[in-house]
Amino acid sequence: MDLLYKIFIDPFVQMGTAPDLLVQTLWDGLVAGALYALIALGFVLIFKASGVFNFAQGIMVVFAALTLVGLHERGVPAFLALGLTIIVMFVLAIGVERLVLRPLVNQSDFILFMATFGLTYFLIGLGQLVFGGNPKVMIANDLYLPSGAIEFRGLGGFVSFQKIDIAAVGITSIMVAVLAVFFQRTRIGRALRAVADSHQAALSVGISLEQIWVIVWFAAGIVALTTGIMWGARSQVDFSLEIIALRALPVLILGGLTSIPGAIVGGLIIGVGEKLIEFYWGPLLGGGIDTWFSYVIALGFLVFRPQGLFGEKIIERI
Amino acid sequence: MLYREVGQYKTSYAADMAIFPILQDRIAVAIILLIAFVVIPLLGNDFLLNSVLIPFLIFSLAAIGLNLLTGYAGLLSLGTGAFMGVGAYACLKLTTGLPQVNIVICILASGFFSAAVGALFGLPSLRIKGFYLAVATLAAQFFLEWCFTRIPWLYNNSVSGAIEVPLRTFAGIPITGPTATSLTRYLTVLSIVVVMTWVAANLVHGRIGRMWMSVRDMDLAAELIGIRLLRAKLLAFAVSSFYCGVAGAMLVFLWYGGAEANVFNINQSFLILFMVIIGGLGTLIGSYFGAALIYILPIGLRAIPAAFGLPIRPATAEQLTFVIVGVLIIIFLVQEPNGLARLWQIAKQKLRVWPFPY
Repeated sequence: MDLLYKIFIDPFVQMGTAPDLLVQTLWDGLVAGALYALIALGFVLIFKASGVFNFAQGIMVVFAALTLVGLHERGVPAFLALGLTIIVMFVLAIGVERLVLRPLVNQSDFILFMATFGLTYFLIGLGQLVFGGNPKVMIANDLYLPSGAIEFRGLGGFVSFQKIDIAAVGITSIMVAVLAVFFQRTRIGRALRAVADSHQAALSVGISLEQIWVIVWFAAGIVALTTGIMWGARSQVDFSLEIIALRALPVLILGGLTSIPGAIVGGLIIGVGEKLIEFYWGPLLGGGIDTWFSYVIALGFLVFRPQGLFGEKIIERI
Repeated sequence: MLYREVGQYKTSYAADMAIFPILQDRIAVAIILLIAFVVIPLLGNDFLLNSVLIPFLIFSLAAIGLNLLTGYAGLLSLGTGAFMGVGAYACLKLTTGLPQVNIVICILASGFFSAAVGALFGLPSLRIKGFYLAVATLAAQFFLEWCFTRIPWLYNNSVSGAIEVPLRTFAGIPITGPTATSLTRYLTVLSIVVVMTWVAANLVHGRIGRMWMSVRDMDLAAELIGIRLLRAKLLAFAVSSFYCGVAGAMLVFLWYGGAEANVFNINQSFLILFMVIIGGLGTLIGSYFGAALIYILPIGLRAIPAAFGLPIRPATAEQLTFVIVGVLIIIFLVQEPNGLARLWQIAKQKLRVWPFPY
């Protein structure tokens, strides 16, 4: 009886009596969700255009952030370093297309998946070799990212919004909007959608698959860089950041592997759900449940809608 | 010239369906077993046994387990590490709860716990496939890892939160615990791995293996010829997890001699998956090749700079190893996507016509 009370009544009582904490938790969840959505976006971009489940997205986040910080440490001005990092991501995209995707075209999904694993190892080693394995501090101030917090009184207490979090949500929204316009309105975007629909048909109307893959991997690299800057500014730049890519996988299940709006909405649901559960129900189980609870949400969801929130209905099931 | 099956007539179905139908194969297997059981114990030193052969055999067994699931039944799983962990923790609970039971029996019995957990987490496979299933098995990975650290009962409330392997003997000889020699541990591991490989070979050659393969190749057709998918898939998960569980129990009890939950983290799962893919999906011998390549390659790479007397810091060597392994994996996948087992088949075919090319 006591347990039932703790599960079904107590958390809601807490929410009602301390609305400031509830708002704070919701906000934290929203920010985490926005960042999950960004990572999921990187996955979705590549999966849509090349059918590759890119495991290296997580390490690309770390690698991009490390390059940026590492270059700055060597005396390169912040915005020049940013530009150079973007060039590095472009070179990486070309390299991946030339050396990994092109020779492996037409292989089964497993093989391509494994190849991105090889890429992950390579990037981990290279990143540590060039920039060292120690955690670094993101150069948030040099990039004119705000710091500090805004505090609101009211709701029976006070709620604090970190400015960097507000910036993260803002930049994520801008990023998504830009990508949406790019996909819907531009010539390249239309070509990308054509490739996503059917490789063969796209080839037959003269779209170059190689070019599209480079563009997509480059776009995913830019998304990774943004994620790296935001996440790095909130904590630090560190190889353990790679783990957040795994945290973004339930988002993909929830949103569907091929849907950009799915990645956004899925990210927000997972982010908010995770934080709420961890804050109000976590203590019952001894804490730390946010590592797996999002998977449970996603699994439960999968039973009823295997194609995800907005995923295409053609998913294979049985 | 030597490797030719000409003149070896099969007079019964049983002889034709044998696991090693060719005489030369049987001789080769006998020689390998002889070397493994007699020559290596006589000649091998502690380093070879402890750092190379014992882990190689254990990883091979785990790779066989995953290969049964991914290679034969076509279900991608990323929860291998966690299933290995279930085996290890079950073994700890069994041997501390029932100290009079032989440790080898405990290790094998712990596989059943792992099998039950594996079948439970295999349930989503009835509804989803491919990468969606892989992500679903990640749920098992993270949930079980969380259990290993948060439930003190599992590690007997020890202060360090780690598995502490007790001393257990078999016929008076210590097998596990600090006083067990690497030789006895090697022989125990070897015996278990050989027997379980033999069982797996029979399994995949028989009705169950064919059932799995038909599910892998086209599940709809398999259902139409009367295979119950529910059973076939859950059985694949259970058997695979059994193998992984035994491998996990051996990993802690016969190799590390004590371990924390992070041994069974996601990287372990990926490592085993690597072995399976590099070795060759759907081949048992490929699991051995894959384990050898993935486990022994980094050891070799680390030894190279020292052998040439190059002054490289250990950290740098470690990072270089990562880079080289990553590049090798990609090169290997580009050159031979069907894995080492395919190379082995090509070699056998070449050997068959040697020294005359036609």
